[in-house]
Amino acid sequence: MPEPFKQLVSRTFVIKQEAVDTDQIIPARFLTTTTREGLGKAAFYDWRYDADGKPKPDEPLNMIDASEYRVLVAGDNFGCGSSREHAPWALTDYGFRAVISTTIADIFTSNALKNGLLPITVDKDTHARLLEEPGGRVSIDLEKSELTVGNNPPIKFHVEPFARRCLIEGVDPMGWLVDRVPTIETYERERAI
Amino acid sequence: MSSSNGAKTLFEKVWERHVVQAETGETPAILYVDLHLVHEVTSPQAFSELDARGLQVRRPDRTYATLDHSTPTTPPAADGSRAYVTKEAESQVATLERNCAKHGISLAGWDSDDRGVVHVMAPEMGLTQPGMVVVCGDSHTATHGAFGALAFGIGTSEVGHVLATQCLMQRKPKRMRVTVDGVLQPGVSAKDLTLAVIAEIGFGGGSGYVIEYAGSAIRALEMEGRMTLCNMSIEAGARAGMVAPDEKTIEFLRGRRHVAKGDLFEEIARDWLSLATDDSATFDKEIRIDGAAITPMATWGTTPDAALPIGAPAPRPANDSEAKALAYMGFDAGRATTEYPVDIVFVGSCTNGRLSDLRAAAEVLRGNKVKSGVRMLVVPGSEAVKQQAEAEGLHQIFKDAGAEWREPGCSMCIAMNGDVVAPGKLAVSTSNRNFEGRQGKGARTILASPATAAASAITGALTDPRVFTQIAQEAKRA
Repeated sequence: MPEPFKQLVSRTFVIKQEAVDTDQIIPARFLTTTTREGLGKAAFYDWRYDADGKPKPDEPLNMIDASEYRVLVAGDNFGCGSSREHAPWALTDYGFRAVISTTIADIFTSNALKNGLLPITVDKDTHARLLEEPGGRVSIDLEKSELTVGNNPPIKFHVEPFARRCLIEGVDPMGWLVDRVPTIETYERERAI
Repeated sequence: MSSSNGAKTLFEKVWERHVVQAETGETPAILYVDLHLVHEVTSPQAFSELDARGLQVRRPDRTYATLDHSTPTTPPAADGSRAYVTKEAESQVATLERNCAKHGISLAGWDSDDRGVVHVMAPEMGLTQPGMVVVCGDSHTATHGAFGALAFGIGTSEVGHVLATQCLMQRKPKRMRVTVDGVLQPGVSAKDLTLAVIAEIGFGGGSGYVIEYAGSAIRALEMEGRMTLCNMSIEAGARAGMVAPDEKTIEFLRGRRHVAKGDLFEEIARDWLSLATDDSATFDKEIRIDGAAITPMATWGTTPDAALPIGAPAPRPANDSEAKALAYMGFDAGRATTEYPVDIVFVGSCTNGRLSDLRAAAEVLRGNKVKSGVRMLVVPGSEAVKQQAEAEGLHQIFKDAGAEWREPGCSMCIAMNGDVVAPGKLAVSTSNRNFEGRQGKGARTILASPATAAASAITGALTDPRVFTQIAQEAKRA
């Protein structure tokens, strides 16, 4: 279970590109692992390393202190493509705790929420402001569902209520579902399956 | 979200049958899963989670596993050993074998004639049936929607949820209908139709929706073509794509191993037909496409919606992302993508690795040669496809032309088994994603149909396959 998520204040790391797919976030050749750990080194691997596996010195992802940049701001349609949960595993291990875009792919959103990585979708104006100020400060209050960009007034964002509760209170979704097995058994009996 | 008159869509009918506990403001619906498909890449951490909690797989009888993503496509050595890309890949396969044995899950392993790409083998075996909820830790699970099943990809945490409970927590998606009327022109395939549909919806346009594909051009598609179409629903951002079951669906499934037999089958088949969307049901979004206007399609960029008729000039970039895509592909705006030398041709994948796909490629390739300097890989989607193709002699056509005939698997579509496109090389591929580096670091991918892939292998450049198919048809008539 990830740590409970209530508030976060951080600088933003900006990737302006649209449609950053999960093959960019973690290339498929890193998916032969059988654990969740240590995938931060594979995050955006082909952007960060050259053909010989040497870090590219001019790649911003290799230059920042990830502990200061916990919020990733990305172009429209972030996280599209494959259903690999390795994508949020890689991003959280790298150091991100939230992703902000105008749209974030459905499966990525679902996977991120289960791993303490908060996906936030914002309107185009807020997004444009965030894209223009890489390294700017944002404040996220999940209990109030509010995002504050710099000195602007806070804006509301929406997170699926159950996932939000899981993040804030540390509720374990699998445990919640397992507790409902008696209801599931009743359904199976009624359908004779 | 439902039609006010009580009429229901195909999706709603399937959804409602599977609601174990209704959605509220606070909690999502608990949705029952009839069939859970499992493969080696997205399952190990889910099994570990069950182990850590001391849980068993609740319904191993509704769980089916195969090996496809990290498996080599070269034949085994004389001693039975296989050329895995890494020790880690081999260990991942062994982990699934162990987990299946431990939990009593049927596995189509190396020794099974059922083994294949998960979205090819499950329909072949009759595991996929209309009205089911089908899930798998793979975004191309929408393939099974071709049967009127609600089928979608899930992450590994959710794989764990389904293993432990046979259920998922889900909010009900919105409804979109894509209607394609008209008759497809000769030489235009389901893949061309699919690329045209994605280009119309846009890469993220399907986010939050389940798509129903309807209209005369969809009804006219055979089941394998419908699978190609539903397969790529995720490339428009949609969780799932569905086609209402009809007589073609019933005839495809009749007699398959996991389907009911005799009178019971006829009774079940009647129920399948009742799943069709009611006439007065409404959708949250409707898109109409003229099927007769579609010509062979190929992509020019690095997202699957960046598709145009073959021969059209690459567009002037409308924004930074399009400019970056063109630069990555090495294409000049205003110049046709048919003018660049192709290095690799790949026929296979869960999108186009079925028998009809191999037949289409072979028809074009028959009596021709793969151009010198071009490497062509043909990878059947399953052991069954491989055996049928060999029985028809298709493998010989591929080999005679100079193509490589491989063992079944995902292969160069996801390029995690060692079958990769080298940096900077240009590939024409029948797979589903042209993302940067998808087929290998620095690989440049054009998505197209099996016939287009074969035609491009012959000429060494992206080629409209009708040049060859029309010659073949004229020769037959003469």
